[in-house]
Amino acid sequence: MSHVATITKRELAGYFATPVAYVFILIFLLLASAFTFYLGGFYERGQADLAPFFNFHPWLYLFLIPAISMRLWAEERKSGSVELLLTQPVTLWQAVLGKFFAAWAFTALALALTFPVWITVNYLGSPDNGVILAAYIGSLLMAGAFLAIGSCMSALTRNQVVAFILAVVVCFAFLLAGFPLVLDAFRAWAPQPLIDAIASLSFLTHFESIAKGVLDARDLLYFALTMAFFLIATAIVLDVRKSE
Amino acid sequence: MIKTERLTKRYDTLTAVDNVSFEARPGEVLGFLGPNGAGKTTTMRMIAGFIAPSEGTASICGHDIEREPLAAKTLLGYLPEGAPSYGEMSVRGFLEFIADLRGLAGAVRRTRLQHVIERLALGAVAAQTIDTLSKGFRRRVGIAQAILHDPPVLILDEPTDGLDPNQKHEVRTLINEMAADKTIVVSTHILEEVAAVCTRAIIIAHGRIVADDSPQGLTARSRYHNAVSLRLERAEQFAAARAALAALPQVDSVEADEAGLRLTALPRTGAQLLADVNALAARSGLALQALELESGRLDEVFRSITT
Repeated sequence: MSHVATITKRELAGYFATPVAYVFILIFLLLASAFTFYLGGFYERGQADLAPFFNFHPWLYLFLIPAISMRLWAEERKSGSVELLLTQPVTLWQAVLGKFFAAWAFTALALALTFPVWITVNYLGSPDNGVILAAYIGSLLMAGAFLAIGSCMSALTRNQVVAFILAVVVCFAFLLAGFPLVLDAFRAWAPQPLIDAIASLSFLTHFESIAKGVLDARDLLYFALTMAFFLIATAIVLDVRKSE
Repeated sequence: MIKTERLTKRYDTLTAVDNVSFEARPGEVLGFLGPNGAGKTTTMRMIAGFIAPSEGTASICGHDIEREPLAAKTLLGYLPEGAPSYGEMSVRGFLEFIADLRGLAGAVRRTRLQHVIERLALGAVAAQTIDTLSKGFRRRVGIAQAILHDPPVLILDEPTDGLDPNQKHEVRTLINEMAADKTIVVSTHILEEVAAVCTRAIIIAHGRIVADDSPQGLTARSRYHNAVSLRLERAEQFAAARAALAALPQVDSVEADEAGLRLTALPRTGAQLLADVNALAARSGLALQALELESGRLDEVFRSITT
């Protein structure tokens, strides 16, 4: 287990070794505020809650999370450091988890830095802070699921741009799995149970109730399983393609 | 100790490594030679556990790399081809990261870090970002990483690539120093390296072992083995000297370099020429600038068995 922590620590330090981390956090905070106050109509609604803030998170993550995840493995493979890492006495699992946790911790930091929004709403009114906390937890879980998808896409290629585009496309499909845009592609030929199964994979549907402050075990389990699935996929892809 | 048995790696249509079996013991520095693309790096990667063999096995000190990967990797120090590292880290930070993965702690961690930084002369750049270093420094960081935990088995894929002659000498001295109690495999396409550090050399071509011998044994395979070269002082003696050499009973053939006034007499199998040539020179009054007995040319052996 200590190897996971060692890898996470190195990876996390790597984010801050270049300006990329700071630029990312800045853009994340700017966009999050812009969505909340302009598109979400935070003031106009006249309600003391953070629904306009959380409702845009899936869309914010759609582009920003792949920007974090694209370098996870693509860069290691391009520079050859993946060979160095995997010939140390660490398991493939420790490496996959270590790098994933670093990306997740970084996202958590960016999310935590949105605290002025929370202060604002508490200053203006008296919101239900339990709901807000639940929504933060849900948002972090959803970010984890996006990151796991991005990790898998990054393991597929040595090119970060390709990793970014693949991750956006797959995340988009998952985001809208419950909507006609995705379902119509299956309606023509797939049996109804499959269509229902696909519809139930939608990030948006699962996040919707969490954003309202309802921490349903099924939604939490859904995000946990998505993460597990794509992290296993990452390990399998790496095992096959690491040396190519 | 390293042992491979029928190690084979096949890609779709290409067999990169074909039935490679060898054993390397402590005290041995095994040179792994071959033209580019012969399968050297693929073999190293399989032994180090980075890629899985299609067939066959490799083990480090009795631990199979596929069945007990962690035990095997713990005993192995490995410099991958191109000496990859994390460019955004400082030299010290990178070595500390490796020390953590290697499970070094406390006083041992401190002394080992200090030792490799001193031994590879990295002190001056320890705080520098690896990306900003020259190729030679990066290679040395890679070697430092490989020997950090003082492993009993060491695999170095092209350790002196990109180093200047002084640095090459330093690295070879280091390898020789460590050779006494370690098993060391050095992959290279630089032939002088074999004579400088190896006690044994394996030559690989098209994925197969084509020679496995001591460096002396390999040079003895050269047609220049025991050949005698002489350089004349006066150009007018060249033609006569050439004819006289060719007429010697033990001489198989004579190679001539007219511009350099240099003649090389190749012996018949097993023959010794030096005394005869010396006597000939005295008898016919040849003015010699140099006379030398050749031990053999490794590059010529290498070419003849790999093409």
